[in-house]
Amino acid sequence: MDLRFGEEYERFRDEVRSFLRESWPLRGAEAALSREEQEGIFRQRALEQGYLYRDIPHAYGGSEQPTDVLKDTILQEELAASGAPGNIRNIGPAMLAPTLIEFGTEAQKRRFVPPTLRGEMLWCQGYSEPGAGSDLASLQSRAVLDGDSWLINGHKVWTSSAHEAHCMFGLFRTEPEAPKHAGISYLLIDMQAPGITVTPLRQMTGGAEFNEVFLDDVRVPAENIVGRRGEGWKVSRATLKHERNLIADPQLLLKMFDGVVALAKRTLRDGRPAIEQHDVRQRLAELEGYFWSQHYSGYRQLTAAAHGQELKVMLPMMMNKLYSTDLMQRLTTLAYELLGDTGLVMPAPEEAGMALLPDAPGSWTAQYLFAIANSIAGGASNIQRNIIGERGLGLPRDLRPR
Amino acid sequence: MEFSLTEEQELLQETVRGFVAKECPSPRLRELFDAGEGHDAALWTGLAEMGLAGLAVPEAFGGAGLEVLELALVAEVLGAGALPAPFFGHSLATLALALGGSEAQRMSWLPRLATGETIGSVAFAEPGEAWDPSAWRLCLDGDRLTGAKRFAPHAHLADLLVVGIAGGGLALVEPRTGGVQIERVDGLDRTRPLAHLRFEGAVAEALAQGGAAAPRVRDAGLVLLAADAFGGAWTLLEMTRAYTLVREQFGFPLAQFQAVKHQLANLATDLEPTRALWWFAAHAQDHVRDQAERSAAIAKAHVTERAVQVARGALELHGGIGFTWECDVQFWFKRALFDRALLGSPAQHRERSARLAGW
Repeated sequence: MDLRFGEEYERFRDEVRSFLRESWPLRGAEAALSREEQEGIFRQRALEQGYLYRDIPHAYGGSEQPTDVLKDTILQEELAASGAPGNIRNIGPAMLAPTLIEFGTEAQKRRFVPPTLRGEMLWCQGYSEPGAGSDLASLQSRAVLDGDSWLINGHKVWTSSAHEAHCMFGLFRTEPEAPKHAGISYLLIDMQAPGITVTPLRQMTGGAEFNEVFLDDVRVPAENIVGRRGEGWKVSRATLKHERNLIADPQLLLKMFDGVVALAKRTLRDGRPAIEQHDVRQRLAELEGYFWSQHYSGYRQLTAAAHGQELKVMLPMMMNKLYSTDLMQRLTTLAYELLGDTGLVMPAPEEAGMALLPDAPGSWTAQYLFAIANSIAGGASNIQRNIIGERGLGLPRDLRPR
Repeated sequence: MEFSLTEEQELLQETVRGFVAKECPSPRLRELFDAGEGHDAALWTGLAEMGLAGLAVPEAFGGAGLEVLELALVAEVLGAGALPAPFFGHSLATLALALGGSEAQRMSWLPRLATGETIGSVAFAEPGEAWDPSAWRLCLDGDRLTGAKRFAPHAHLADLLVVGIAGGGLALVEPRTGGVQIERVDGLDRTRPLAHLRFEGAVAEALAQGGAAAPRVRDAGLVLLAADAFGGAWTLLEMTRAYTLVREQFGFPLAQFQAVKHQLANLATDLEPTRALWWFAAHAQDHVRDQAERSAAIAKAHVTERAVQVARGALELHGGIGFTWECDVQFWFKRALFDRALLGSPAQHRERSARLAGW
């Protein structure tokens, strides 16, 4: 056992650090540009260094680096520590791009991946429907091939960022006669197309990051299908794997844990820092047990992945989403209790978003509420328990009515 | 980064696992549990022949020269088998001598301990859950020891006791030479008996570097308890899984019901990632010294508490039979309670880890 990354990797870490020191924040005339332009310039430079979009080929706008989970981890750690912008945190780069690389046609890759990586093409995900939540494969939104286009009618819900997205990737029933999993196709839709109506869903945080999307006689070119007709379920499974990794993000857990400790230090109870109180110390220390378990379990999974031995760690891998979201619930519960009566106040609009702002009390209120949404999104906790029970522990599958 | 076991470490576990399965299957374990001696001469000889009595004894003194991680890996397997053997106390006694003994003390004791012909153990606790070196009050007066210790594991078997003394040091006592009253405790965990000790002018010798060794021995002990609890909890999960697959109610195996499936999934998810927690703490003892103390405290508090949680769930899922003396669940349930309480409660170690973090 050796937790050092090794000389080659420590050299790599030094390179990354010195690049980050010199490149972010931007200096001179560039510092006067808008935040968005600055991020664009920085990302281009980081990309040229081979630090961003490492698993995407040059031809499609990535930096095409050899697969190396340890370098990926070092980059995530260093980018997070420096506050520099990393890969764009939209589901486009995180989920659609890898899916297209795996299943897309050459034309699709060339057309959609480069602008997605540059952040010029934002995506939303059209999966869930009012009648299809955990049982996603029962979805009813339909697409019918009509000449050289798909004619789409349906209703999607919980669609993050649909109000600002340029495109949607989504699942639609194209083979109504086929068994439910085999009748679905994966389509790419221009959100400007006539017939699309986006209605924001206001969340209990006050923010509105989700939407309903109504599709009425929307036309999409026939070539905008990813994979073959009826293969959409298989294609989407690959995407879902990326979504779960996005939710069970170790850097986010670290930021959250450190944030709760800092909150307990600056919160006063009876004139003294709350962290001096027995119950707070006990709970933080207990949470730390959970936190480091997940942290080192991540190292164990990383080591196995680096050796191509994922089979050895299938069980902990299946547990990542449930474990991380449960931990987020525990962490934000303590944070919210530390807020005391400050927690009676609605988060301000800038605090109500999905991103944690550790210094803003309202952001902890929002996170306390969001934590439950995280347990629901991307495969709800009870679905995860089924997966762990059935595939992990070898227990029988649920009985389903015929 | 290599956060995984080496082939040698995996082989070590496999060898011990094979030995436990062969030499101490469930019926034999039940006999030993009921007898309550926590020991079987043939089992201990078998462990010693595999080199486990001297696993962390330097090679120069006849041991295998391995580290706390290997001790913990063995503790996991012995915990998984609930093996009645003095491995825990004996291992801590060897560590105390290896880390804190003078050359003469090491020469005199380590070779005998390494072969297992001499059995060692530790006596740390004093009344009021005073397990920590900083809380020891027992006075060594010249070469005489007078006072009491509580809950010393396998003390009735020990040829050598490493005793915690006031000031946080350690002293060596040979209980068979007189001056030590050993009062057996009717303990919950009958695989590892405990005793209260009264020293009445017992002859004792201070361990040369006892003050430096004591916290390290404590930390290693915390890691071994965590590993033991983890191994036992996995056994309970396995047993419960098997039971819910065969026990039928309402015309189906219990595991068919989502309530049961989810309960098992929750227990497994609570437990499985903690493997990496105690691996790290064990590794830290020899290789990441600045995190050794804190990681051991966190691992002990967290893993043993999760293991007790698993044990309670396992019993519940066994239904009424799980509550009976007949059912094997109690072996590991009680072992988990021992692991949680020995060397101090989770609350004590959480407070210590909070202090160490500067909170």
